[in-house]
Amino acid sequence: MPNLKVKIASAEFKNPIVMASGTFGFGREYGEIYDIEKLGGISTKGLTIKKRDGNNGIRIWETPSGIMNSVGLENPGIEGFIKNELENLKKLDVTTIVNVGGATLQEYVDAVNLISKEDVDMIELNISCPNVKAGGMAFGIKEESARNIVRVIRNITSLPLVVKLSPNAEDIVRIAQVCEEEGADGVSLVNTFKAMAIDINNRKNVFENTYAGLSGPAIKPIALRMVHEVSKNVSIPVMGMGGITTWKDAIEFIMAGATCIQIGTANFMNPSAGIEILEGIKSYMDKEGIKDLSEIRGII
Amino acid sequence: MANVISNEYLGQDMHLLKIEGSFKGEMGQFYMVRAWENYPVLSRPISIHNIEEESITFLYRVVGEGTEILSNLKTSDDVKLEGPYGNGFPKVTGKVALVGGGMGVAPLYLAAKKLKQMESVEKLDVYMGFRDEAILTEEYEEYADELFININGKVTDDLDVDKYDYIFTCGPEVMMESVVNMAKGSNTKVYVSIEKRMACGVGACLVCTCKTQSGNKKTCKDGPVFLGEDVYYA
Repeated sequence: MPNLKVKIASAEFKNPIVMASGTFGFGREYGEIYDIEKLGGISTKGLTIKKRDGNNGIRIWETPSGIMNSVGLENPGIEGFIKNELENLKKLDVTTIVNVGGATLQEYVDAVNLISKEDVDMIELNISCPNVKAGGMAFGIKEESARNIVRVIRNITSLPLVVKLSPNAEDIVRIAQVCEEEGADGVSLVNTFKAMAIDINNRKNVFENTYAGLSGPAIKPIALRMVHEVSKNVSIPVMGMGGITTWKDAIEFIMAGATCIQIGTANFMNPSAGIEILEGIKSYMDKEGIKDLSEIRGII
Repeated sequence: MANVISNEYLGQDMHLLKIEGSFKGEMGQFYMVRAWENYPVLSRPISIHNIEEESITFLYRVVGEGTEILSNLKTSDDVKLEGPYGNGFPKVTGKVALVGGGMGVAPLYLAAKKLKQMESVEKLDVYMGFRDEAILTEEYEEYADELFININGKVTDDLDVDKYDYIFTCGPEVMMESVVNMAKGSNTKVYVSIEKRMACGVGACLVCTCKTQSGNKKTCKDGPVFLGEDVYYA
């Protein structure tokens, strides 16, 4: 049996397959369809200190090989999550990652203070949602603002802290280095690419917010390049994501340096994508005689 | 994977896709239908038109890339179905009307069939509105006590809501909203079947939000059938 276990700070994952924030709810929905306890981890829908109703208008649009979303961080708020979802999530034998967003530094601080009192395995600090001010992408574009927020949050939580990075950053490698310098335990990348669509018949923007986040196979080659660049320039673990649809994609990200991989859009293409990718990785390891993923991690 | 039995063209871009297998499903529920690999990215949510012991049928209109692929399926081609998903129409008693506009008639066939089997349903009338030409009238007639067809007008013109205890409606939102408004102040309860763009189909991604008086609801999971008066129409 190949060893699939990975560790980021004190957070242990039984395998490197993590469901990406915003595509897996709080673990309830897909749990009705298959045995999600086979997965390594689940990152929750992005949570903010206050409940949010999300964006108006069209929220999803297909592109060749991708989708654009403009959900706008609809979520029950940290307290709503703790009250109604956390208990169920904790019961699952998977590593639980709480994804936290905010519009201001104070909102992040309040949210992290609340969630740090709970028994969760990891915080994923979202400084990269392109769809709303509360998504915090403003914090993830420039080095100085990323440094400031990671420093503040690191000081108030002892939970393993991973920072989710935006591909829209001015220099994603510098942002990742800054996260490491300020004590983050890891980085996850990439969130969606800021994108748009126009309805030419109505001569209007498709999304009320004009811009939306592009994900899916369309972004995979760019995401892979970014994961590679970041992995070569930091020593903290990298959770790689961006259009991973098959086990081959996952192996590519691991060879590029990723410790874990996150599955997002692929869940919509095939609800059992996570399990199929996991099985594919295992067969590949068996076939190639790989005992531990560290043998191929970052070899490129 | 399941196999196509037939894929019949009914005119006006509408098709009837029959797939082999023993499938579950209640009236008003839907399946995520896929007959391609990775592109288009998303599966297509399509309501159940009919279920028989060894088959399931979907009535759909070609509106984009996905339904275009479906329309080209031939006998014995592979189709992947995930479901049944969603909350369908409730089981009711008394006098019931089904009101469908255009493609909205699709889920009302299974509803008519199931309601007809229920002894508690005293009367079952079906109202169908089409822009150009009526389809499948003989099929619906089999279960309807009375069938009303409206071409290129308003299907609601024929409807007297006070004659019914319950109305199930599916079609353009403006039509469903008008049924809901007609029933305001009466004892008639209206259930609407809402259509939204979906991604996951299971309630995880929050792209198919339906705004209601009790806050945001997931069309795929809490719906697609909602109590008509609760919904804020677009």
